[in-house]
Amino acid sequence: MTSYDGQAASIIFDTVGKSFAKPGGGTVSAISDVSLTVGAGTITGIIGRSGAGKSTMLRMVNGLERPTSGKVLVGDQDVGTARGAKLRAIRRDVGMIFQHFNLLSSRTVSENIALPLEIAGIGGAEIKTRVADLVDRVGLTAQADRYPSELSGGQKQRVGIARALATEPKILLSDEATSALDPETTQTVLSLLKDINRDLGLTILLITHEMAVVRDIASHVAVIEGGQIVEAGTTYDVFTAPQHPTTRSFLSGVTGVTLPAFIKDKIIAERPTSGGEEVVRVTFSGKHATDPMLALLTRDLGIEVNILAGAVEEIGTQPFGNLLVSLDAAKGDEARAYLERHGLLTEVLGYVG
Amino acid sequence: MSANLINLLIEATGQTLYMVAISTFLGTVFGLPLGVFLAISQRGELLSSPWVNKVLGLVVNATRSVPFIILVVAIIPFTRAIAGTSIGTTAAIVPLTIAAVPFIARLVENAIREVDGGLIEAARAMGATPFQIIRKVLIPEALPAITLGLTLAVVSLIGYSAMVGAVGGEGLGDLGIRYGYQRFMPDVMAVVVVILIVLVQLVQSIGEWIAARVDKRAPKGRGQ
Repeated sequence: MTSYDGQAASIIFDTVGKSFAKPGGGTVSAISDVSLTVGAGTITGIIGRSGAGKSTMLRMVNGLERPTSGKVLVGDQDVGTARGAKLRAIRRDVGMIFQHFNLLSSRTVSENIALPLEIAGIGGAEIKTRVADLVDRVGLTAQADRYPSELSGGQKQRVGIARALATEPKILLSDEATSALDPETTQTVLSLLKDINRDLGLTILLITHEMAVVRDIASHVAVIEGGQIVEAGTTYDVFTAPQHPTTRSFLSGVTGVTLPAFIKDKIIAERPTSGGEEVVRVTFSGKHATDPMLALLTRDLGIEVNILAGAVEEIGTQPFGNLLVSLDAAKGDEARAYLERHGLLTEVLGYVG
Repeated sequence: MSANLINLLIEATGQTLYMVAISTFLGTVFGLPLGVFLAISQRGELLSSPWVNKVLGLVVNATRSVPFIILVVAIIPFTRAIAGTSIGTTAAIVPLTIAAVPFIARLVENAIREVDGGLIEAARAMGATPFQIIRKVLIPEALPAITLGLTLAVVSLIGYSAMVGAVGGEGLGDLGIRYGYQRFMPDVMAVVVVILIVLVQLVQSIGEWIAARVDKRAPKGRGQ
C-alpha cells in the first residue's frame, strides 16, 4: 500500500441553521440551532427519519449545502464561507459515498476510482499505482476493468468507497451508503468501513435511518428529529439509556425486543384494582448485563417473574441486555426498586388483567 | 441511363455528402457547447443563470421556427458575407449550418439533462470545477444520447440539403428537381430517391452502432 498520511479531522457544527426558499415565497427550515462535535477519528452516526434534516447536515460538511446561520468547521477550516478554489481544496479532504453509488457508467472500476485524482490534477503514473492499491484494498482486483453495469450492488459500493478514499481524505461522509443493499452485503460494506477507520484513522460521519448500522459500527451517535439534535452521545450510552422518545422508537426496532402479540393486544395503561400482572422492560448494561438478577429477585423477595421476550447484545464492544417480563402487579413497586438498587433500568409498559 | 447521367448522380452524391459533412461538423462545433450551456444554465443547475438561458432559448426557438427554405433566402446577405458568394454548393453550407446549430444544441441539451444529478453531485463533492464536470462527467455520460442525436441531425441535414437548389446549391435534391421533375425524367428521380434512402439507412445504422459501442450501461429491460 502507498503510505497514508491523511490525519483525521474533527467536524464541528456550531449553532447551525439552514432554511430553503419555498417556490411560492417564504422559507422552510431544514435544520435549526444544531450544535454537534464529531471527534477526529471516530465513526459517528446521525440517525433520523427521512426529512429530519440529516442529509442537510451531512452535505454541509463538504459545502454541497451552505448554512444560513452558524458555522461548520472541518478541522480548522470554515466550510460555510469557503468559495472557489478554497472550497474545492476542502472537498478533496472529504470523501463521500452515496446510497445510489453515483458511479460513472462510462468508466470502468479503475477509471471511476481515478476520477477524483484526475480532478485533483495528479499525474498519470501516480494515478495508476494509487488506483491499483485502492482496487486491492476494496477487494476488486478481478473486476478492475469491468463497467459498473456488470457489478453487484455491494461491489458498486466498494468502488464508491475506493473512489472516496482516492485523494486520501481526512473525513469520509456516508450518505445512507447501505440503504440500497441487502442485509448480508450491508455487513460486508460496514466491516470494510470499520477497517478503513481503524487502518487509516480517518473520521467517518454517516447518516442512516437504520439503528442497526449505528449499533454495528458507530462509536458515537446523534439523533435528529424535526431539524434538531434531540440526543447525542456515545452509542453505548444512547442505546442503553435513551432519553428521547424518538431514540426509543428507533431502538425498539433494533434491539429486537418487542412484546409478543398476545400480550400487546391485551395490555392496558391503568393498573387493575386487584390482581393482574405488571409488564416491565428491564435493561441491563455494562457489568450487570450478565448477572442472574431475575433469579436473585425470586430468591431474595420471593417474587416470581415471567420472561416474555429478551436478548443480550453487544453494543460498542459492551454487552447490553434487554428483557420484557411480567410479574404480580401488587409486588411491582417492590420488585422494580430492588432491580434499580442493583443497577438495572426498569420501565413499566402497562398491565394485563 | 447514359454514362453522363451516372456521372451527374455520382457528382451530386458527393456534393450532398460534402454539404452535410461540413455543416454537421460546424453545427457540432457551435451546437455542442451551446447545448451544454443551455442544459447547465437552467435555474438551480451547475452554472445557474436563468436569464441568459431564457434569452438563448428564445434565439434557438426562433431559428428553429423559420422554415428552412425561408431561412436559406432570408440570410442571403449573411451567407455572402461569410462565404463570399450567395450561390453554389459551398455557400449552401452557411444556411445548413445555421439550421444545424440550434437543432444540435437542443439535442445535446436533452442528452445532458438526462445525466443523473447524483453524478454531478459526486463530482462536486470531489472538488471538481464546472469545466471538469462538463468534460469528465456530463459529456462522457451523455455520449450515447449525443451520438443518437447527431445521427438524427445528419438525417435531417440530408433532407434540408435537398432544398438548397433554390440558391444554386447542387447535390442530390437539386438533381432530382432539375432532371427528374423539370425535364420529366422519372427514372432520375427514382434513382435520386433510392440513393437518399440508402444514405439515410447507412447513417442511421452507423450512428446506432457507435452509440451502442459507447454505451456501457446495462441493456434496457435487464435492469440493474
